[in-house]
This record gives sequence, structure tokens and C-alpha cells, in this order.
Amino acid sequence: MSGHVAPKSLYCTVFVTLMVFTGLTVWVAFYDLGLYSNIVALGIACIKATLVILFFMHVRWSTRLTWVVVMSGFFWLLILFGLGMSDYLSRGWVQGTLR
Amino acid sequence: MPNYLTNGHGLASWLLTKDHKRIALLYLASITAFFFLGGMFAFLIRLELLTPAGDVMTSESYNKMFTMHGVVMVFFFLIPSIPAVLGNFFIPIMIGAKDLAFPRINLLSWYVYVLGGLFTLVAALGGGVDTGWTFYTPYSTAASNTHVITAGLGVFITGFSSILTGLNFIVTIHRMRAPGMTWFRLPLFVWSHYATSLIMILGTPVIAITVLLVAVERGLHLGIFDPALGGDPILFQHLFWFYSHPAVYIMILPAMGVISEVVQAFSRKNVFGYSFVAFSSLAIAIIGFLVWGHHIFVAGQSVYAGLIFSILSFLVAIPSAVKVFNWTATIYKGSVSFDAPMLYAFGFLGLFTIGGLTGLFLATVGLDVHVHDTYFIIAHFHYIMVGGAIMGYLAGLHYWWPKISGKMYPEGWARFAALIVFVGFNLTFFPQFVLGYLGMPRRYHVYPPEFQVLNVLSTAGATVLAVGYLLPMVYFTWSIFAGEKAPMNPWGVKGLEWEIPSPPPTENFVVSPIVTHRTHQYAPSKEVGIGG
Repeated sequence: MSGHVAPKSLYCTVFVTLMVFTGLTVWVAFYDLGLYSNIVALGIACIKATLVILFFMHVRWSTRLTWVVVMSGFFWLLILFGLGMSDYLSRGWVQGTLR
Repeated sequence: MPNYLTNGHGLASWLLTKDHKRIALLYLASITAFFFLGGMFAFLIRLELLTPAGDVMTSESYNKMFTMHGVVMVFFFLIPSIPAVLGNFFIPIMIGAKDLAFPRINLLSWYVYVLGGLFTLVAALGGGVDTGWTFYTPYSTAASNTHVITAGLGVFITGFSSILTGLNFIVTIHRMRAPGMTWFRLPLFVWSHYATSLIMILGTPVIAITVLLVAVERGLHLGIFDPALGGDPILFQHLFWFYSHPAVYIMILPAMGVISEVVQAFSRKNVFGYSFVAFSSLAIAIIGFLVWGHHIFVAGQSVYAGLIFSILSFLVAIPSAVKVFNWTATIYKGSVSFDAPMLYAFGFLGLFTIGGLTGLFLATVGLDVHVHDTYFIIAHFHYIMVGGAIMGYLAGLHYWWPKISGKMYPEGWARFAALIVFVGFNLTFFPQFVLGYLGMPRRYHVYPPEFQVLNVLSTAGATVLAVGYLLPMVYFTWSIFAGEKAPMNPWGVKGLEWEIPSPPPTENFVVSPIVTHRTHQYAPSKEVGIGG
């Protein structure tokens, strides 16, 4: 963990950006985007989470080992989503099975 | 020089200790209490199954018995057992450190564990839970009128204890190794705990949030898992097993670490294929996260997903088999002695192999359809969790007891207890394979009369097993008061923990050790070839 001290203006910018994205989430919720509703909402959430991890949690200025730890967390999330979706996307492919 | 047991007296010196060895003993006392509580539930289950009729308790009470047995044994005994007791005590010593990286967090993890345990006890005493330890929805969120949220909170809270322990181990192993203790000189016990810690950190948050979602759906009626509210019950099973299958490896990997140490020590040989055994721990930890769908083959999961999970489940057998073969090759041409720890290790080898091989049966989709939710499953996972994890725990407890307590246990009694446990275990659980294959479903307290003989055998076995578990409790306690004083290295083993006094001083090492080679180097490092 480096002792990096980021300028206050950077934290303020990140905070304002997060607020803007929160507003965007609320605004988008009033429009029916069909299949894309979830994708857009999750996309915005991912961008916000990335900003928090990189700047508020100081990962941007951390060691490579910290990066490995953070990336493995995301990789494990992908395993959960990926293998989980292997079920949801192929439901009902075989006639007579649940959709 | 005072040792860690005599350095400080009074309750406060224990309850506020930051010494990893004392915290290990706090864990030892609490998980032993939970083990006997879970055992009591098991005893009542087996008592009910003695006859085909439901003549000891109602079906509602029976549901609560097997639920509480599962919750207590899985979350409050098996998961913390070896890591929190033996890992906590020996990882710092084995890598030449004075403590874990975060001693306060270590103590916090015990308090968090106790708090989670208290929630579960409140749920048990307040009337129990009847969902099964799996908390399956929509029953747990929409139908059960028992203490689901309280018990779920207990599991949620104790999960944080597990995460804190895993975090502490990983940082300690990375940052606190003594000079010369390179990664490939680490004892295999440490490697297995490193792999276990990865699972604890990566998997436990998922069960925590899943249990929380159950509470949210149950309390606020938000539709997540209940189809009536627009949710998907199989989503719960995906999330639950994403953690709970790897949780089996949280139980078995540390036991494998113990077996690696004991087999080397009592065969007087360096392990056959050190790096294969070390990396197989990591492989089990990683592949173990890819197989959860084999628990839901018949629950409504898609056929294609079932096939993917089936293939992946076969893969996890490979690193497990690597370990078993390498331990066997280590014993081969070794100078084997049959002390109690080694007897438990032999028990582990046989029982884990049966548990593992029957796991392959269950990973086969077609066969799983036949034996799903039968006693075959119960037998299979008890061969892993009891025959594997508890055998490993007992092997480790006997092996390191002289170091922990500074006293020798009575070897004759210990060998006798090991045999009793082995016989009792097989008499309890082998008939359950047959029962399951013949079609007796799990979680029923009334069954057709033709299953009675096998059930009586199983209950008789459970009684023998209970004696086998009580014996070590008795002679370990006896040894504290009347046992012979243990020397520094009673087994004549090579390893850092055997180079310090028994019991160890508070700071473990007066001078930080410098490591120049691996542990268990009894002979030239050239391995004896099979058949050679």
C-alpha cells in the first residue's frame, strides 16, 4: 500500500461523477428499454463500483499484488455469472424441460 | 521462561489475548461444544430411525433435528475446526513467525464466531429451524414458520469470522515467513491453508448475501427467489451452492494438509512430489468453484448446464487423486510407525477415497437422478466430512497435542479410540449407501419396514462412533492433569514447530529462525521410485 495522497479535487470530482451516475440510473428507470433495462442499470452500477474501487479505495495507486487480489474478486464474480447463465440461457432447449 | 499457557492468569488474560495459540484454544473449546451439540442432534435423529414408525418425535421435530444438526456441524464445527484451531496455532510457528499478521483481527474473528453461534443457539432454544441446513426457498421464505431469520443471521455473522481468518492467513503467509522460508519450502499444511483461505475469502461473501436475501424476501416480501413474488427458487440454489460446494473444500483441504504432515512424519519420508501436492491444493480450491451445479441436476436446472457441471465435477477428482496417490507413494518403502495420528491418517486415506469415488457416481447425471436426495447422498458426504475432515482433525489433534498442551496423551487408549472411530464410522455410514441405493429418501422419519435392518446397523454404528469421539475428549482432559510431560520433539520429526519447547513460549521463537531446507527431510531428498 503506497502512501499516495490524492488531491481533494480528485475526490470531489469522483463524488460528483457518482452522483451524476446515480441521477442517470433514476432517469433511465423511467424509460422502458426492454431487454436493455438491466444491462444499462448494471453497466452504470459497474462504472460507479470501478470509480469507488480505483479512487476511494486507492487501488489506482496500489501495488500489483493488490491489483491481482481485486481482479481475482471480479474474475470469481464472472465465474458465478458465467456458469450461472449457462443454466438460464439454455433452459428449455431440450423439449419437455423447464423454461 | 514462561510458556504461552502460564504467561498470564485469569479469565481476562484469555478473553483479551492476542496470542494466536491462546485464540486457537478458545476456538478449540467453542467448536468442541458445538461438536457435541451437533452430535446430540445426530443421536436423536438416529434414535428416531431405529424403528420404521415415527415413535420418538413428530415429523416437525424431526425436520428441526436434521436442520440443527446440519447448521451446527457445517457452519460451527467443520468449517472452523482445523483452520481456526490447528491452523491458528501452527501456521505462524511453521513459517517461523511470532504471531499472525493481525492478532486483534484474529481475536475479533473468535468473538464474531461466538456471536454467530449465539444467534444459532437462540434459534435452537427458541423452537428451532426446519428448512434443512440448505435453507432452500421458497419454503424458507414463504412457508416455514420457524426461526429462519435468526438462524440465517447466525450463519451470516459467523461467515465474517471465516473471512477474517482467511484474510489473516493469506497476509501472514505472504508477509511473515522467516528468512529462507521460500514458497517451496513451506510445509504442505501451510499450502493447504493458503488454498482454504482463498475459498474463505472468495466464497463466503456469496453465502452471506444469499442468506441476507432470504431474510429480505421473508421479512419484506421482495420477490427474489419466490416464484409467487416473481423470483426464481433455482437462483437461490445457484447462489447457495456457489459457496457451499467450495465450503466442502474448506473442510477437507485443511484435513489434507494435516494428512500430508502426519504421513511424512510417521513414514519418516519426505512427501512424494511436493510441488504436485502443493499445487493440487490450489487446483482443488479453484476447480471447486466450478462444480456447484451438480447439486441441482434434478431441481430444474437446464440439461446443458447439468452436462457442463458434470464434466467440471469430474475434473476436481484429479487433484484429489494426485494427493491420495502421492501420500500412498510417500508411505511406500517408508519406515512406518502405527501411532494414533497415523492410524487416523490411514482411516482418512480409505474413507476419503470411498467418499471421493462415490462423488464421481453423483457427478454422473444419469446416476444422480436415481440416488438424488436419498441416503446415498448422506453416506457420500459423511464419508468426506466425517471420514475425511474429522479423521484429519483428530489426526492433527493427536499429532500436535504434545506441543499444544505440553503433555503426552495415553498412546494405547488413543490407538484403541482410532480403531473404534473407524469401525463405528463404517458401521454408521456404509449401510446408508445401500439404503440410498435401495431408495430410502433423506429427511424422512418414517420409512418402510424393509429398511429397518440397515437403519438399526447404522444407529448401532453411531453409538460406537459416539464412544470413539468421547474417548479422546476424556484422555486429552486426563493428560492435562496427569499426563507425562511432553518433550520438545516426541515424534522425532523435522519441522520448525518441533524445534521449540512444548508448550511453546508466547513469542514462539526467541530468535527468528533461518530456514535452509524443507521440513521432513529424513533422508537424501532423492525420492524412492515406485517399484524401484
